[in-house]
Amino acid sequence: MKAKELLFKPILDDNPIGLQILGICSALAVTSSLNVTLVMCIALTTVTAFSNFFVSLVRNHAPGSIRIIVQMTIIASLVIVVDQVLKAVAYDLSKQLSVFVGLIITNCIVMGRAEAFAMKNPPIPSFLDGIGNGLGYSFFLIILGVVRELFGSGKLLGFEILPLATEGGWYISNGLLLLPPSAFFLIGLIIWGIRAFKPSQVERDEFKIAHNSTKTAEVL
Amino acid sequence: MSSKDSIAKTLTVATLLCVVCSVIVSTAAVLLKPAQIANKELDFKRNILSAAGLLDPASTVEKQFENIVVKMVDLETGKFSTAVSPDGYDQTKAAKEPSTSQPLPKSDDIAKIGRVEDYAKVYIAQTDSGKKIVVLPVRGYGLWGTLYGFLAVEGDMNTVVGLGFYDHKETPGLGGEVDNPRWKALWPGKKLFNPDGSIAIAVIKGSVDTSAKGSEHKVDGLSGATLTTKGVHNLIQFWLGEDGYGPFIANMKKGKA
Repeated sequence: MKAKELLFKPILDDNPIGLQILGICSALAVTSSLNVTLVMCIALTTVTAFSNFFVSLVRNHAPGSIRIIVQMTIIASLVIVVDQVLKAVAYDLSKQLSVFVGLIITNCIVMGRAEAFAMKNPPIPSFLDGIGNGLGYSFFLIILGVVRELFGSGKLLGFEILPLATEGGWYISNGLLLLPPSAFFLIGLIIWGIRAFKPSQVERDEFKIAHNSTKTAEVL
Repeated sequence: MSSKDSIAKTLTVATLLCVVCSVIVSTAAVLLKPAQIANKELDFKRNILSAAGLLDPASTVEKQFENIVVKMVDLETGKFSTAVSPDGYDQTKAAKEPSTSQPLPKSDDIAKIGRVEDYAKVYIAQTDSGKKIVVLPVRGYGLWGTLYGFLAVEGDMNTVVGLGFYDHKETPGLGGEVDNPRWKALWPGKKLFNPDGSIAIAVIKGSVDTSAKGSEHKVDGLSGATLTTKGVHNLIQFWLGEDGYGPFIANMKKGKA
């Protein structure tokens, strides 16, 4: 596969959230303000890229029986390093992200890409695949972050865009958008939009709903 | 069975991986530790300044902190003490050491902190207009863990200047709203004590009717965070009381601390 394909395919064609439906948990949790969202995107992209790279390096040596543990150890080490770096460089942000950085370990995208791609491909394409999937995740998260912060608290990156009615402006904020479930609705709408635009992503029905019971009655 | 899957190979890979990963993780932790400690201290100082309402984003925290006098208070006598140097004194640590703290009887331990330290580190600031502000470290149990913060009062030891927490484990969005600037803005101007000297400040359920009598002693609770609200209420009661800063506040009022 070409590098360009590896990098950009996961954004619209094979989005980790939109098509693979991975990483929803953190997408709900960290998107109520854009600032936190951006840091999470960078952290996750870094971790996915490097974990893919290192998993791919050891792929020919990792015994099948402990391969998941090998992946987890690599991912966990990377996440601890990212967490430590954040605490040293961006203390305020690491305070805001609190548990979510640690939770990157359990983010399905990281595990999913390590198992599905990095175990079968050489290090460089794996690294690019990690960045690509990180970008796909970031694409969704940034949309969610922008919508939720703008309409939930009238701000973007902390700057006032829509003056709130409670603070003398005209905009009455939508409190639901600050709560995690709103991200669910938004993700649903975005997936609907992408699939309307790219019908090939629509899954085939697992079963067909039968016509109403008249036919059964005929058989009887 | 390929050689890759043999037991010897499995054990070698597992051991090597663990060694390499632990070296990387510990190197990162050790190398970044000084920067992390510096950040934590800076955050601590920023919180003190912010509780005192003196935080000016245009200037550095270090510079603003130079104007603050740090003093030790013997909690039992309520007087300033020079027995312990404030430099490098970690109050949280001191509260855990049996040699520098006292256990609290359960009935008195309303903030659920277990032990109270012998000496507290208080911060005294002067505003540009010459007003004195005393910042007292406080802590107490909320819902998930201990809240650590600062209560800043004016020189009369009665009017609140601000309250803020620098470390807590409350649920983000619910109890975590103790960090919300809008909630924190409810504190300045509140009076801690009744005219007779008894503790009057209370965090109540719901909103305070500002026109009612006694509203200067009451602060709105956080909706959806009953236990955090209770924790904050209790910790304020404790630290203003006899086992906390009670004696110190009494001495300060008489000007004899």
